[in-house]
Amino acid sequence: MTTLPQAPPRPLARGAVASPLTEPRWIRLVIIGISIAFLSVFIVLPLVVVFAQALASGVPAYFAALADPEALLAIRLTLITAAISVSLNLVFGVIMAWAIAKFEFTGKTLLISLVDLPFSISPVIAGLVFVLLFGMQGFFGAWLVAHNIPILYALPGIVLATIFVTFPFVVRELVPLMTQQGTQEEEAAISLGASGLKTFWRVTLPNIKWGLLYGVLLCNARAMGEFGAVSVVSGQVRGETNTMPLLVEILYNDYQFVASFAVASLLAFLAVVTLVAKVVLERQLAEGQQSSDN
Amino acid sequence: MTIKLRNIVKRFGSFTALDRVDLVVETGELVALLGPSGSGKTTLLRIIAGLDWPDEGEIHFNGEDALRRGAGERNVGFVFQHYALFRHMTVFENVAFGLRVQPRAVRRPEAAIRARVEELLDLVQLRWLADRYPSQLSGGQRQRIALARALAIEPRILLLDEPFGALDAQVRKELRQWLRNLHDEIHVTSIFVTHDQEEALEVANRVVVMDKGRIEQIGTPSEVYDNPATAFVHSFIGESIVLPVDVVEGEVRLGGGVLKLETNGASPGPSQLFVRRHDMDVGPAGSGAFEGAVRRVRNFGAVQRADVALTSLAAETLIEIDTPRDCSLRPGDVVGLHPRRYRIFAGQA
Repeated sequence: MTTLPQAPPRPLARGAVASPLTEPRWIRLVIIGISIAFLSVFIVLPLVVVFAQALASGVPAYFAALADPEALLAIRLTLITAAISVSLNLVFGVIMAWAIAKFEFTGKTLLISLVDLPFSISPVIAGLVFVLLFGMQGFFGAWLVAHNIPILYALPGIVLATIFVTFPFVVRELVPLMTQQGTQEEEAAISLGASGLKTFWRVTLPNIKWGLLYGVLLCNARAMGEFGAVSVVSGQVRGETNTMPLLVEILYNDYQFVASFAVASLLAFLAVVTLVAKVVLERQLAEGQQSSDN
Repeated sequence: MTIKLRNIVKRFGSFTALDRVDLVVETGELVALLGPSGSGKTTLLRIIAGLDWPDEGEIHFNGEDALRRGAGERNVGFVFQHYALFRHMTVFENVAFGLRVQPRAVRRPEAAIRARVEELLDLVQLRWLADRYPSQLSGGQRQRIALARALAIEPRILLLDEPFGALDAQVRKELRQWLRNLHDEIHVTSIFVTHDQEEALEVANRVVVMDKGRIEQIGTPSEVYDNPATAFVHSFIGESIVLPVDVVEGEVRLGGGVLKLETNGASPGPSQLFVRRHDMDVGPAGSGAFEGAVRRVRNFGAVQRADVALTSLAAETLIEIDTPRDCSLRPGDVVGLHPRRYRIFAGQA
């Protein structure tokens, strides 16, 4: 992206307006004020409430709530689920983005639309799809039971639902980046004698690393926070198939507010970390973009 | 390394990019593929490099079938139009890339790689930029690094796609001279693609003129300039005056009148008469094949350029001629024009 050279500031005549697009001072203040007030009420306030409620009974109670076996199990399950689904989405996301960005083939448009499907479908429906496929009355249900392969109400089901919901993040981040970079560097590498694999490791991957990390970050945040799809397939078996978001709801419904908000605060903390990492990565991406334009 | 192309055909969907192309490039030559955009010259270059595959035809390097080898096995150095330098690597690592990715069995030790890269950076006179990244270089510097990178693998053939296309005029002139000298020094068989006739005529030993996927003419720069084989070559290279004529019964006719010109063996039918601007002699009225009135005169450089309105035609036709500066023409003069050299090609514009 090129930035246009800024015009030098002109001395303003008395009463002149700086530019036709600059509003009077009070309008600017009102607009900025509304934005800040809105963000405070809808974003910042809830975040503060989460932490305030979590710490309402003091710090020891907070940590005791987190050390509860049920909470630890939920944290463990969430981490495992995120680790598996994010790694799989990383691998398949890169492969699919590569296919879309660097090859021409029939059905490409269909593929691009399909990638976006998880974003446009309600997560609950996504969960139900897996119930229909793998549940007792589903297509594969009887077969799975006969072979004693648990999918629903177990880790595999939770992972499948999470993968479905978080799939688009990596692909959507990579496709525009790889399209813009084109195939010339890869062609150069190949003509210099590099094998396909060496070309990928030494040329393609370094070029997309920041975009890839960005996609993984968003994917991870969503994977850990997913509620709807997971709640349908997990069966919410206490002490077995509850992820953190599910546990938050259960604890809340049990009137265990401190415990509920303590777990919630971990998710909120994750969100804040994600936000900071996102800002850093966006800067790296912008720099990469600039150097490629020069 | 002799490159032999036979009957190369390449189609993209219903579009024929290359239509039965034959070409032989001898060892140590520096050949230009010259043509307008869409003439198939870049496609031909990419096919030689192995970055594209022909639908039909054969390619032989020193008699050996090149189509059996992939791009990485042909030992061809390719310089891309937009350089395609690896943006995340330093200049040094860019040049070293081809040496580092060799299979372990044949890869040189690190010290030898470093020595080779430094030697190449010296060759392109950019050793002081070794630690920079491509984004920190100027266009001309990137071009030279791209060349050094391509030369690192000691290619048997060097291919350059519009090597000076993205540079400004001054840098382009310098690099042109530099490439010419470099070729005299290292003598690797080279082919470059360009749409700039001056570039092709000045740098290459031989010029291949292409249009619409076919080769129109192959020859030395002076051959294609002085003896264009087709109407396309005549109008594409150099500035030409083109007049629609009819060849009838051994006469050249223009707008009903007969021109005092030989047909030079041109076949009968509607044709085009081509004359170089500077091949038009000016004399007193009635002395030449054409009559005209001078409209406007400009003096610059070595020539005097004049717009002359031909009176031999029903509709007024304005032509531009170049004359020596001592031939003083003034607007309003009525003159006779006679082409010293001309060519007649069958067909209409």
